[in-house]
Amino acid sequence: MTMIDTPLTGRVEGPAGPSHPADHAHGHDHGHHDSPTPLGFWIYLMSDCIIFGTLFATYAVLGYNYAGGPSPKDLFEPGFVLIETALLLISSVTFGVAMLRAEAGKLDGTSLWLIITAIFGAGFIAMELYEFRHLIHIGAGPDRSGFLSAFFTLVGTHGLHVTSGLIWLITLSVQLRIHGLTEANMRRLGTLSMFWHFLDLVWIGVFSFVYLVRLI
Amino acid sequence: MSTEVTHSPQETWSPLFGRLTLDWIPYHEPILVGTFAGVAIGGLIVLALMTYFRLWAPLWKNWVVSIDHKKIGIMYMVLGFIMFVRGFADAIMMRLQQALAAGGSEGYLPPHHFDQVFTAHGVIMIFFVAMAFITGIMNFVMPTQIGARDVAFPFLNNFAFWMTVAGALLVNISLFIGEFARVGWLAFPPLSGAAYSTGPGMDYYLWALQIAGIGTTLSGVNLLVTIFKMRAPGMKLFDMPVFTWTALCTNVLIVAAFPVLTVSLALLLLDRYVGTHFFTNDLGGNAMMYVNLIWIWGHPEVYILILPIFGVFSEVVATFSGKPLFGYKTMVWATMAIMVLSFIVWLHHFFTMGSGAAVNTFFGITTMIIAVPTGVKIFNWLFTMYKGNVRFEVPMLWTTGFIVTFVIGGMTGVLLAIPPVDFQLHNSLFLIAHFHNVIIGGVVFGVYAAVTYWWPKAFGFKLDDRIGKASFWFWFVGFYLAFMPLYALGLMGVTRRMQSYMDQAWQIYFVIALIGALCIFTGILLAFFNFFYSTINRKKLACGSDPWNARTLEWATQSPPAYYNFPEDVHVRGKDEFWRMKQEGFKWSGNYSPIHMPKNTATGVVLGAMALVFGFAMVWYIWWLAIISFVLMIGTVIAHTFNYNRDYYIPVSEIAEIESKGTVA
Repeated sequence: MTMIDTPLTGRVEGPAGPSHPADHAHGHDHGHHDSPTPLGFWIYLMSDCIIFGTLFATYAVLGYNYAGGPSPKDLFEPGFVLIETALLLISSVTFGVAMLRAEAGKLDGTSLWLIITAIFGAGFIAMELYEFRHLIHIGAGPDRSGFLSAFFTLVGTHGLHVTSGLIWLITLSVQLRIHGLTEANMRRLGTLSMFWHFLDLVWIGVFSFVYLVRLI
Repeated sequence: MSTEVTHSPQETWSPLFGRLTLDWIPYHEPILVGTFAGVAIGGLIVLALMTYFRLWAPLWKNWVVSIDHKKIGIMYMVLGFIMFVRGFADAIMMRLQQALAAGGSEGYLPPHHFDQVFTAHGVIMIFFVAMAFITGIMNFVMPTQIGARDVAFPFLNNFAFWMTVAGALLVNISLFIGEFARVGWLAFPPLSGAAYSTGPGMDYYLWALQIAGIGTTLSGVNLLVTIFKMRAPGMKLFDMPVFTWTALCTNVLIVAAFPVLTVSLALLLLDRYVGTHFFTNDLGGNAMMYVNLIWIWGHPEVYILILPIFGVFSEVVATFSGKPLFGYKTMVWATMAIMVLSFIVWLHHFFTMGSGAAVNTFFGITTMIIAVPTGVKIFNWLFTMYKGNVRFEVPMLWTTGFIVTFVIGGMTGVLLAIPPVDFQLHNSLFLIAHFHNVIIGGVVFGVYAAVTYWWPKAFGFKLDDRIGKASFWFWFVGFYLAFMPLYALGLMGVTRRMQSYMDQAWQIYFVIALIGALCIFTGILLAFFNFFYSTINRKKLACGSDPWNARTLEWATQSPPAYYNFPEDVHVRGKDEFWRMKQEGFKWSGNYSPIHMPKNTATGVVLGAMALVFGFAMVWYIWWLAIISFVLMIGTVIAHTFNYNRDYYIPVSEIAEIESKGTVA
């Protein structure tokens, strides 16, 4: 996450004073360019991407080892997953709106759209938990077969990421109320936005390769 | 004692202590009791001395909470050397056991203990010695080489270090509370699964590596961004010193490979804790999946270790030959080629899996191709020395010792890359000799070269020359005595990890190997003595900021460098900028402006401590403690993000004062 506001080399103009208010024209654009945080967060996301890649590979290898247990056709309900997917995709759009509000310097609008995003995200998590509970209940838990181990771990890892995103989103909403749309907060908002869209992208992979392909 | 299969106490569980009972304290094993007494007495002496000299506050303020990349680098080196003592103690125990346990003799280590010793030796030497060393060297040297004042994310750096320490502590705790894994350093299932590795040993292994792995991945991201974003004005990528280039490639490998390790260990954890079937023999598990995954990390890992060391040798060769490095561009491209190739050779670690001739051929050929860029590097170093004004100071001795030794190790590697040959040599001592040949001849020699070379920069005085040379020769001769016999034994068909053997003809080779290990031991002692002796005589050994007449920017700082490294921005115009600056009569202008710096923070060490408690609780199934420490960790991270006041400016007056004092020995 963010460690300091500007890099430690390069010309230094002297103390910048208290953080810049957001209506400070396009002041934060320049800050975005200088800070190492966006690049660092990108690289972190790429390492996270490899975590998911490894889990996808595990699912590809073990995904047909039913061990006499249920197969995807017995378990997955396309309608349910479609709604779940819709919730997460919509939350990405609402996050986009929140970013637009933030760029326009509208603190209340940003907060409102962040809360809407959180509601959609929480809905997604609730549906996932319901699905997991249902599967375990009918005896198709992660300890049933290699296929279900890989399924629960891949989908669950994504769910854990979304949960962390929700905690981050709530924390940042509080910090936005305290400090406003400062340069530091804009940067945090930007990284959280990258994180959120990244999870959306991963979910599209989950939806296609874990659920959809296995239902054909 | 020797006939017992295991010491493991009954599996019980109580809500308060989990499965931890008094029976898990190994008071019945004399070796461990002796070790514990030694560690406890030594620890108490250190604690008493620190209290007596009132060193606690300075230790906390100047080191523990410091986000200064140089101090964190030095702390990594201290961690590496401490763990090196532990790892080497394991090595000597194995050498002694195998020198004794021939022809029906059982030696002095029962299998239960011997298996823990070889597992701990491998885990410690790779994760907590070699990784700590290369991370330490990169931390200390790289930012100063690119003219930066710190890394991109200084707090993250401190946090990553304390996570590594937490992992190391967890491994050491297993020595006295419970046991360590008995599965070999990569812990292949199903042996490492819940069915065959009961008890806490395997869980110590997994949690220690997961916790330390978080630190390593974050440190990789951090150093990568540092190289991309923090270079001094004017420094293009192809102006960077070769060590920085190798650090760049190594950190790319860390960021790309460590997540795979994290996942493979996490899946094994799930198998052990939740009852999933990733790597089990039944219900659809596949143990070879683990072996593939772990080596997809494991092969890049050996290049993670050796690439920065190639960088060290490049700096040393150029400096002590008094010439620019020969073939700078080919050196960079060779490094990048190795970086890419290291990801497509993993299967050569298990040709015997039986994936068929086509697959084995592919991986055999890619493995042999890696020898090409590595050969390019060797020739570049040789041509740098050719017609140079070579000074055989201690770092240069290590470098020449490396070139000779590494070429031998590389050639045995190419032998092993031939699948039919590998079928004969797989899991034999030939393999053990090969990878010690490249890791000791490469990484360890390189670390000694680096420590000797940059010690004056870190502390303002050189290490004693005669002791340094003596240490090198004991190491060099000791290495050949210890490992050449293992090549011979491997060709005779001796397998690795043998607690005892019947054929007495093998014994003499093991005895020679033991003598070699004792020579190495002498070399290690001399190196430690050198740190001590040189510190006592630091006034006599004091040197300026540029004692070796070096070429790169880190030598433009004071020795030791001021905490902001450079009082002014350096404007880089090309390679070997410091050499050019010296030709032009380098002096700071004295026209300082305020320097922007990050503030120290205790969050990193607090999080590391919580991670240690969490790991311990998970190992012993103490669920309440695990939950509390985990929640506290999350809470601390969130609380940390509420701190917006993380940096400050050093006033010009302070810079001027520090710079006027000049180099302080």
